[in-house]
Amino acid sequence: MALTIRTESLRKVYTSAPPSASAGRGIAGAPFAWRGASAGRQRIDVVALDDLTLEVAAGEIFGLLGPNGAGKSTTVGILTTRVRPTAGRAWIGDEEVWKRRVSVKRRIGVVPQRPNLDFALTAREILLFHGAYFGIAPGERQSRARTLLERFQLTDRADQLVVGFSGGMMQRLSIARAMMHEPEVLFLDEPSSGLDPQTRLLLWEIVREYGARGRTIVLTTHNMEEADDLCGRVAIVDHGRVIALGSPEALKATVPGGHLIRLQISPRSPELLDSLSRAVGVTQVRPVGASGADVYADRGGPLVPDLLNRVLAAGAVVSDVHISEPSLENLFLHHTGRSLRD
Amino acid sequence: MTRTFFALLSRDAHVARRNFVPLLLQTLLQPMLLVFVFGRILTTSGYMPVEYKSLLLPGIIALAMMLAGIQAVAMPVISEFQFTREIEDRLLAPIEIEWVAVEKIFAGMIQALVAGLVVLPAAWFTMGRGVALAFPHPIYFGVLCLAVALLSSSIGLTLGCSVGQTQIGLMFSLVLAPMIFFGCTYYPWSALEKFPILQKAVLVNPMVYSSEGLRSALVPQFPHLPLAAVAGGLIFFNALFVSLGIRQFRRKAVL
Repeated sequence: MALTIRTESLRKVYTSAPPSASAGRGIAGAPFAWRGASAGRQRIDVVALDDLTLEVAAGEIFGLLGPNGAGKSTTVGILTTRVRPTAGRAWIGDEEVWKRRVSVKRRIGVVPQRPNLDFALTAREILLFHGAYFGIAPGERQSRARTLLERFQLTDRADQLVVGFSGGMMQRLSIARAMMHEPEVLFLDEPSSGLDPQTRLLLWEIVREYGARGRTIVLTTHNMEEADDLCGRVAIVDHGRVIALGSPEALKATVPGGHLIRLQISPRSPELLDSLSRAVGVTQVRPVGASGADVYADRGGPLVPDLLNRVLAAGAVVSDVHISEPSLENLFLHHTGRSLRD
Repeated sequence: MTRTFFALLSRDAHVARRNFVPLLLQTLLQPMLLVFVFGRILTTSGYMPVEYKSLLLPGIIALAMMLAGIQAVAMPVISEFQFTREIEDRLLAPIEIEWVAVEKIFAGMIQALVAGLVVLPAAWFTMGRGVALAFPHPIYFGVLCLAVALLSSSIGLTLGCSVGQTQIGLMFSLVLAPMIFFGCTYYPWSALEKFPILQKAVLVNPMVYSSEGLRSALVPQFPHLPLAAVAGGLIFFNALFVSLGIRQFRRKAVL
């Protein structure tokens, strides 16, 4: 059975180290820092989420897309009971996450951004104990573990401690572990970061398969291709807010013209920008930085000669031309003025 | 919930079994060396009276249990909450995270009790002849051991959730060493009569009630704190560290 996910005006303000650094908390600061004492000294308010409202349909593969620090991991943290929201509420199915943590935990599987495998155990034991935490019977545990190890190509290392595993193997095992109790909702926080292209394809295939079984899947990513390829709908998140929401196709269609031609021109005059915007097929021209111009248009390459002629006619010189096809990257750029990789 | 709790416990038991020998050496070597030097060499050579053996033994048991319980909980908790956040899989198990903390305490108690059980005969044997132990009240002794084990593992949880990986060395020198040396392990509390300020000050050390309690149970012929003081101290410090430990754990676990 698939479950919906909803959030309502989620807000999260971290008063100590933000989540990306959370794992390392306790390294800095005074010895035996009771947090009460140290928090006063190094109090830093970081607004990670600011009024984030979302609804993910049952059985949907949903992407949270945004740059580092946009609030993606915090959103997943709140939905998976690991982060306490400062304000707002979230639901998995009918259960309000913060109030019904145990039954929510029973329904979700989580693949963290960085593998957090139990280093004291072997790969197989990690799956078996995970199954045991969820009350799966011993025989069933064994057979599920065997199937997953096989599926994720880990069988030959199954009985080794995971300390010596490569990053990709750990990531695969993390995903296998999250699927061990067959959760109705699967959260993947940047699942393909650090994976080689081959393993990434394997992962995508497995995620698609899992989704096809009617499970709800939420994944965060800053990889356009991943969102485009996997997700039915995408929310673009920046500074803790949703700035655009829809299917990848629908979102791409909202970028004026779809194609983006980035020019570097010197000297750049308002008259020249005006002239560029009158070229056939151009929908919008925006100045960027000291000498850049972003030209949104319904075509890419074929438009370049005309644009260059207009620049030359104005007595200016073009030092760089960059053409991008309609993509979520352009969409993000359009909404925030920043590249996703910034 | 019970199923999840026992699954968590069996995971810890599995890991402890796998590391049984290093774990045993880690917790028992130090007490056994103390037993050999103080309980055998110094007494046999005549620098210490033979009676000292009996006085020392309960302190050594308290020490072994305390070290075992603290290390069994604090060390894994410190490393599991570090960069890798290994503990997260257990935090996501379908159980309240407070129960994960309770499970840690429970696992530490078992290790502390095992340490006590191993040290008692081993130390007795190492000291040679002249140890006058009595078990006049076995139930009292059993309850006391449980209380000391709970104390050690809840202190372990509190320390483990309050100390970073880089501060483990400091934890040993700043917390554990004074706790042991001013914990009435090598001498009864009454021996501090000539140091009245120190005698009052050591009462904030939970170790005092553990060693004095075991002294009252095993060698009642020697001076020891009255039962009411032992019981009061153990109850107070157990309540304090169990609640503090669980609170610190929750703070570490939920961001």
